[in-house]
Amino acid sequence: MDIQPIISALRRHKAGTILIVLQIALTLAIVCNALSIIRTNMERMASPTGIVEENLLTVMNTWVGSTDGKVLAPLIRTDLETLRSLPGVEDATVMNSFPLRGGGWSTGVRLDNSKEHWLFEAGMYASDDHALATLGVHLVAGRNFRPEEIVDGSDFNTLVIPPVAIVTKAMADRLFPDGSALGKTVYLNTGKDAPPTIIIGIIDRLHVPWSAAFADTWAEDVAIVPARLTNRYGDYLIRTRPGMLDRMVREAPAALVKAHRERVFPPHGGVRTFDQVREDAYRTDRGMAVVMGVVSLALLLITGAGIVGLTSFWVGQRRAQIGVRRALGARRRDILLYFLTENFLITLAGVAIGIVLCGVLNVWMAVNFEVSHVPLAYMGAGILLLLTLGQAATLNPAMRASRVSPVEATRPA
Amino acid sequence: MFTYYFKLGLRSLSRHRILTALMVLTIGFGVASSMVTYAVYRATARNPIPWKSSQLFVAQVDNWGPNNNETPPGEPAEQLSYIDAMALQHAHWAPRQTVLYPLGISVIPDEANRQPEGVNSYAVYADAFAMFDIPFLYGGPWTANDDNGRAAVAVINRDLNDRIFHGQNSVGREVNLEGHLYRVVGVMDTWDPQPMFLDVVNTRGFTEPVEVFIPFTHALDQRFVTAGNTNCVSDPGVGWDNWLRSECIWLTFWAELPTPAATATYRDRLRGYAAEQQRAGRFRWPPNVRLHDVADWLDYQKVVPQGAKVSLVVSVSFFGVCLVNTIGLLLAKFMRRAQEIGVRRALGASRREIYAQFLIEAATVGLTGGVLGLLLTAIGMHGIDLVFSPQIARLAYLDPALVCLTLAVSVVAALLASLYPTWRAAQVQPAWQLKSN
Repeated sequence: MDIQPIISALRRHKAGTILIVLQIALTLAIVCNALSIIRTNMERMASPTGIVEENLLTVMNTWVGSTDGKVLAPLIRTDLETLRSLPGVEDATVMNSFPLRGGGWSTGVRLDNSKEHWLFEAGMYASDDHALATLGVHLVAGRNFRPEEIVDGSDFNTLVIPPVAIVTKAMADRLFPDGSALGKTVYLNTGKDAPPTIIIGIIDRLHVPWSAAFADTWAEDVAIVPARLTNRYGDYLIRTRPGMLDRMVREAPAALVKAHRERVFPPHGGVRTFDQVREDAYRTDRGMAVVMGVVSLALLLITGAGIVGLTSFWVGQRRAQIGVRRALGARRRDILLYFLTENFLITLAGVAIGIVLCGVLNVWMAVNFEVSHVPLAYMGAGILLLLTLGQAATLNPAMRASRVSPVEATRPA
Repeated sequence: MFTYYFKLGLRSLSRHRILTALMVLTIGFGVASSMVTYAVYRATARNPIPWKSSQLFVAQVDNWGPNNNETPPGEPAEQLSYIDAMALQHAHWAPRQTVLYPLGISVIPDEANRQPEGVNSYAVYADAFAMFDIPFLYGGPWTANDDNGRAAVAVINRDLNDRIFHGQNSVGREVNLEGHLYRVVGVMDTWDPQPMFLDVVNTRGFTEPVEVFIPFTHALDQRFVTAGNTNCVSDPGVGWDNWLRSECIWLTFWAELPTPAATATYRDRLRGYAAEQQRAGRFRWPPNVRLHDVADWLDYQKVVPQGAKVSLVVSVSFFGVCLVNTIGLLLAKFMRRAQEIGVRRALGASRREIYAQFLIEAATVGLTGGVLGLLLTAIGMHGIDLVFSPQIARLAYLDPALVCLTLAVSVVAALLASLYPTWRAAQVQPAWQLKSN
């Protein structure tokens, strides 16, 4: 098919052509950035916590009255005994925080405590010998904590980091790429006088407390130290027997209150199943993905509708010319092909500009809003989508054009 | 003439129903998405205390030095250590100043069968109430004497007063916090600045209203730990006294500086303080201090959520595409009527009149789109909590200003979109159209 006549025809319809080209370009720019945001968010939402999320209950407990560790330590022990003795409970543990909770402790990790600069940041959990069983994480090397290794400390600020720790495989491999982490010494605190800690166990996976973008690059660098933190705040994690979760949501907090009244569970998020924790943690990510999806869909529909509208107008304008062409021997499919090719050329131009715009918008958003870069595949997908959309939108008006009778040539425009 | 063109417009719109519906839908969706995201942006980007925001300052003093892993390069830490906060508080270089930190304390009700409840609480100095223009329903702030005397007094908010004192004037009565009795000196009237600028570091700006204030000096005596973030670059050691002596940061310091001259003086003194610490050997780096007013501080702390900015940019771009689309559709619609225009021109209508007719027609489309957009905006407001936290979602609402903005934006957008198509319509040569018929 000769495209020369199409181009000369388009020169006569500059305004309409430019409008469609512009619309396609902007649509591509927005859609490929939106897809990229959707992908980033979905990836973050899909990042595994490493724990068995079914039948897991979380209780955020705030003590009222005393902040003295000597008073709180026995209370916490009683709480754990109370929880573990409930008929619906398999195991329970106390932690300073838990995956996806938002809010927790992190520390700079070093292999050499004479250097101030640390290697990377890692999430820190303080818990006891029941942590692994309650969370449902598995040791891939080494051993669990022994009950006598658990120390009491007020909080991470003042805790003397215990001499043993369990780390995730991700963190172990980052420290010792040759896989020799077990038994090695690390420093999990700042300062020149930081005490050494020996890695006694390696677990397959555990997520940091944060689900936000800032922790994306170290989401699985986590160490657990054997400590019960006896300050005002502590989180109980409760592994219920299958089918008992709903009952425990009511009974576990009630049993705790019965054991000791002077406590508060925050009204928002104090008692949550892990499914709710996950839901809350990724609310914004999911919401943004949905919004971006809806915007992209609406854009494609509007652009499609715009193409239908303008092509119909052009077909209406050119009925006489089409009639002449038909009278001069053009077949129906030649007319159809003419309009489809015309749209293809316009869309191609729009896509070419759109690629540039997409890049510019992406760079601008990356600089200002910490949005990640659009992968080439997404741009490719966007281009294909728009070319298909253009052809689909042109099909109906082009079919109508192809049905113009040669007789029209004899009628005045 | 206006009503005639308006009627002509309506008639023309009803003639090409699909094309018209398409334009109305395009404008409606475009404007609605922009308005919903704008409502969120407006709520999060607003100045919570516009009449005073340029007189209230947060001070930062770099007590960690340039070689720490925690702060952005060159920036001092976002909170202060106890040492620096107390030095500034005691120096009294501003007419009013306060140190503050969040407390995670609970109210213990008198009724033995009621559970304690956690309250959103802060430790501050007496100046805070006047500095932040906190309104009072009963009583008032405590005094500097109470600060110095480390008194067990409290200011509670109206909501808490309703819950535990059934809305009565509770000044002089006692409230049990963490097992200690505090004398109520004042009940705040509804006070819910958004963003909650007092403590952006810990709340990110959006939180429930503050329910209890107690004197900072008393909170320290009680060894109440902060409910907010703490950050240390070196081990503080064990115990409360070591904690206070440490370089760990956990406090915010606000100063009220009524004039630019006072601000300049204060900045000099702040730098002087850091220089003094350098001379004393505590800081091994040159003075690095900051003084941010409320607006600067909210900006510096990035209070507007990324999501609010990204969605605003995306929906405004979306609206842009909608407008380009509308230009195309209007062009098609107007140019189809070249013959009609030709006849009108031949019968004596001036270009001006053609302009008027088509602009009014476009404005009609815009207004209809605006009404649809208003409906969609109202629906969209309910979807905000899908994306943002309830604390933010509650701040975005459809108020009269937003209703007007929605309609105005729709009409103006439709008029802008119709400029080129109208110009083309006005260029139609009457003779050509008549001849071809």
